[in-house]
Amino acid sequence: MLNYLFTSFGFVTSVGLFLAGAVGVLLFNKNDKLSNWWGNGMAILGSVVALIFSSNVLITKTPQTIELFSGAQFLSWTFRVDLLSAFFIFVISLLGLFCSIYGLGYVKHYYNKYNLGVLGFFYNLFIGSMILVASAGNTLLFLIVWEIMSLSSYFLVIYEHREEENIKAGLLYFVMTHIGTAFIIFSFLLLYKITGSFDFEVIKNNMSGASVFIQSVIFICALIGFGTKAGIIPFHIWLPKAHPAAPSHVSALMSGVMIKTGIYMVVRMGFDILPSTPLWWGALVLAIGAVSSLLGVLYALSEHDFKRLLAYHSIENIGIILLGAGSSLVFLSLGMKSLAVLGLLAALYHTINHAVFKALLFLGAGSVISQTHTRNIEDYGGLIKYMPQTAFFFLIGSMAISALPPFNGFASEWLTFQSLFNGVAAVGTLIKLLFILAIGSLAFTSGLAVMCFVKVFGATFLARPRSAHVKGVHEVSGVMRFGMAALSLVALILGVSAGWVSNMFASIAISLNNLKNAVPAISTNLSIVNANNFATMSLPTAFGAIVIATTIISVMVYLVTRKQKVTRSTTWDCGTNLTPRMEITSTGFARSIVVIFKGILRPSQQSEVEYRDANLRYFPKNSTVDFELKDVYAIFFYKPVQEFILKISEKTKKIQSGNINLYILYIFLVLIGLLLFFVI
Amino acid sequence: MNLFTKIFSTPKVLVSVDKILATNDISVVGKEIEKKVKKLFNGSLAIRVVTAGSTNACEQELVALGNSYYDVERFGVHFVASPRHADMLIVTGPVSRNIVQGLMRTYEAMPEPKIVVAVGDDAISGGLFKGSYAVMDGAKNVVPVNYQIPGDPPSPMVILKSLLSIFNDMDAKKSQNK
Amino acid sequence: MVSIFAWIIQIIFIPVMAPLFIGITRKIKAKFQNRQGASIFQPYRDLRKLFHKDEIISNDASWIFRFSPYIILALTIIVGASIPLLSLVTQNNFLGDFLVVIYLLALGTFFLALSGMDTGGGFGGFGSSREMTVAALTEGGLICSLLTLALVSHTTNLFGIANFGLNAPMRYLPSIILAFFSFIISMLAETTRFPFDNPATHLELTMIHEAMLLEHSGKGLAMMEWAVANKFLIFLALAANLFFPFGIAVSLSFQSMLIALIYFVIKILLLCFGIATLESITAKFRFFRLPDLLFTSFVISAIAIGLIF
Repeated sequence: MLNYLFTSFGFVTSVGLFLAGAVGVLLFNKNDKLSNWWGNGMAILGSVVALIFSSNVLITKTPQTIELFSGAQFLSWTFRVDLLSAFFIFVISLLGLFCSIYGLGYVKHYYNKYNLGVLGFFYNLFIGSMILVASAGNTLLFLIVWEIMSLSSYFLVIYEHREEENIKAGLLYFVMTHIGTAFIIFSFLLLYKITGSFDFEVIKNNMSGASVFIQSVIFICALIGFGTKAGIIPFHIWLPKAHPAAPSHVSALMSGVMIKTGIYMVVRMGFDILPSTPLWWGALVLAIGAVSSLLGVLYALSEHDFKRLLAYHSIENIGIILLGAGSSLVFLSLGMKSLAVLGLLAALYHTINHAVFKALLFLGAGSVISQTHTRNIEDYGGLIKYMPQTAFFFLIGSMAISALPPFNGFASEWLTFQSLFNGVAAVGTLIKLLFILAIGSLAFTSGLAVMCFVKVFGATFLARPRSAHVKGVHEVSGVMRFGMAALSLVALILGVSAGWVSNMFASIAISLNNLKNAVPAISTNLSIVNANNFATMSLPTAFGAIVIATTIISVMVYLVTRKQKVTRSTTWDCGTNLTPRMEITSTGFARSIVVIFKGILRPSQQSEVEYRDANLRYFPKNSTVDFELKDVYAIFFYKPVQEFILKISEKTKKIQSGNINLYILYIFLVLIGLLLFFVI
Repeated sequence: MNLFTKIFSTPKVLVSVDKILATNDISVVGKEIEKKVKKLFNGSLAIRVVTAGSTNACEQELVALGNSYYDVERFGVHFVASPRHADMLIVTGPVSRNIVQGLMRTYEAMPEPKIVVAVGDDAISGGLFKGSYAVMDGAKNVVPVNYQIPGDPPSPMVILKSLLSIFNDMDAKKSQNK
Repeated sequence: MVSIFAWIIQIIFIPVMAPLFIGITRKIKAKFQNRQGASIFQPYRDLRKLFHKDEIISNDASWIFRFSPYIILALTIIVGASIPLLSLVTQNNFLGDFLVVIYLLALGTFFLALSGMDTGGGFGGFGSSREMTVAALTEGGLICSLLTLALVSHTTNLFGIANFGLNAPMRYLPSIILAFFSFIISMLAETTRFPFDNPATHLELTMIHEAMLLEHSGKGLAMMEWAVANKFLIFLALAANLFFPFGIAVSLSFQSMLIALIYFVIKILLLCFGIATLESITAKFRFFRLPDLLFTSFVISAIAIGLIF
């Protein structure tokens, strides 16, 4: 049976299960409970099958091709699962599995409120289409499943449709994603023009004749198109609005894997399809990565909407992934293939890591939100006493995303650092400067990420409740905790087994067209990762040392102080009456960073004071201060573009008078023009 | 409630400095203090000062303990920023009503073992302000005071000698208990 | 036999010696203030006393508050065991990488800041906020200054860097000196010394690091103070042994270890003297001027990297 799933049958089964889940759930949509079980259950089964299938491809390193409806004339339904695709399918189905398990419990609070059939339908469609995106064998097929993915995620974003804001966020997402798709279509058409084929395999083998200029155009269009999906700055504006709007386990999937499909195609284009890589491609990707990571974390710091903050962290982590990929492209163009493997494997490693801990954090946020019914961090506080296990899992997620050893975030960030370090050592002066700036950006980013998660965890789970929202909060249901616990464990395992895992990623990188026969600049065994004989580290040792040292210290301290008592008392606050207002808020926590970076973040501050006597103005009745950040992208980029388009539309309105005679004249003129064109 | 019984049951020893060393030589007094601090407090005495409506006179003298002439730090005595870190609570001033809560909480915030010392006549009985509606007439009505150092204000030398006498007393009690 | 001895020294050296150097720095500062100052062994006495006191824990505090001192102390000891101290023989390829060291210390800072927020007092919260602000902005300068050395010596292993520094070619001198200045700035920030923070302040409003410890008492406080001392000595040892590694024991013998110890103590004493002097002659900076200093540190080390040929 298991062997059966290793073949293409496994792939078909998994997709079929998702389809069955999607269609079946519509039949049950009258019954909330049944549709919950059917929808999420089918998603779980489909994910498990896809997980087994893709792990087999990854372990045996044998690509698979699946041909459906082979007789079809117009469109060939070919799906190719090579190592890169298998890796992304693995990530998607891993998250699909745990998010669906979590979803079993999470969607309960939609009972009798929203139609669960609709949720289940789009949810299954969403995961299924992502798997197809990662394996589509030709461009047309790709665009179809890409569009299914975009649309189903759009409907998931606006699922809680009774809230005005979600509809708006959905619309923005819809517009942005289709602008991106337009660029993607353009680059695919250029590929077709050069090679005369829609098939990725044919395109790949026939690209060598294309000029560097046309390849660059293709690459830039693909970067913009897929970058919009991935959320690179400045095309990120939809991301912090759309991700929070969706149900939390969907947010986890969107932030965890959907934006990674953008990364998948950027890697596919840069390393597999386009044969020549000028130096500036890598430099550009590196610069985008540096900007996105630093700005992403800065915006996250100044945010106090729980899920939006996590969404900004996705931008940051996409930036880190691009730092790895960009350095790899630079090495590739300089002919240093073994270093290029190092950079790419760092990027791939961070891809799965980010997927795991971001999903974990979103699920944790979902648990908190489902209990407190608010997304505002300022309204939380002290939740660790009410939901200790959720807090523990969230803490692990926080440590992982802050790149603290021994969790997985550290392993991939370390590899990204090594890739950049080697860049500084190996390249010429001008690019060297870029690498130094990238290192600085990554260093500051990781520092600020630690700060941000101290803020989130501290303001959410520690101290005392700050508002009435916390009343009646209790630990979430078992399946939800199981989802989070499993992801926490995966985060630890991916960190501790860094050596084994990075070996796997090296073989994925080598399987790509441009990196064929490269010798990876990394040697690993179970305990040590050795990057280019330049740096070594061992996370199992770090993990073991932390556990052992903490245990020894605990024992020794216990022996010394066992006679001393530990008593409980109120917090010391200089003898005042403690109120929740004395605790630091998340805005207050991040305020100093916002002030320091005010040149970039553009904070605005509005204070209003209401006086008891408007004329005398001696005794203020109440005063309010509003802090917010100006949306610089809207002001300086999107607004001007929008105005320009509107202006052009105004102009073109003149030729549309509504007069039929005039239209007939247009048709006549066009006909004449065409005739002339063909005659001459 | 616990606190009240403690307030009543704690013996308030009024320190008299006459019977201690006749000398005013700081190094001699200091050596003695250092010895006692080592014995009683493992060589480190942390003091938290609470200014309970004081005239600031006592504070001046307490601050003077840290200057380069007296320099109590060399004897292992230092002032700390939080009652959580402190071994000894020094109260100055007659305890005005506004700080009653604060003083009680400071006392409760200190980990055992702890002692409370009232410094200055104000802190002992209210001094000049005794009987005023605004004060509590000394620290002994609010927290369990162990020792009282008289003077209005006591000079740094007197404070030092009093501390020594307090240590002597504590030492004697400790050996008694054994 | 000797190697076991070397390893034992490597592991216990930092926790055992760290309070002493805190005491020495305080002593030098006291001398500058024309005071006698506390004995150099006073930090040991403080620790001993605190271990013999009761502990009071806030009702609002969670397990994070209780657990933090253990892990923070543990991390400083782990880091202390994986940096070059007296000999290069105790080199390890497991945790000797400078990024691992920096991030292990960052893990400690993470728990420190969380424990500051855990009790819900006003001071702990803003202490955490300030500490994290400074820590986040220190990262760039710290990583880049050590990267300069790593690029020069072609390894990121701290022992390897020290080994290379024993006979580094003269052409690297400008880079190493610039990196040293950058490192010193980061070091002052990480170890909460002037001009970033006043380790002896009693005013809650001016505190950065101390504000987070206000709530700790008894054994928790003792472990926190100890960890601070360890971190101080760790950074001093890094400054001494990475930039000026002469005297460090290359081979394994009691004699060379002894010489290494003497050299090490002299170097650390010089650094202590420098820090005490700095603390005596400068004032603490305004909080919003600190980032300028930290960015300067980053720029200096970026220049240092640029000067490597």
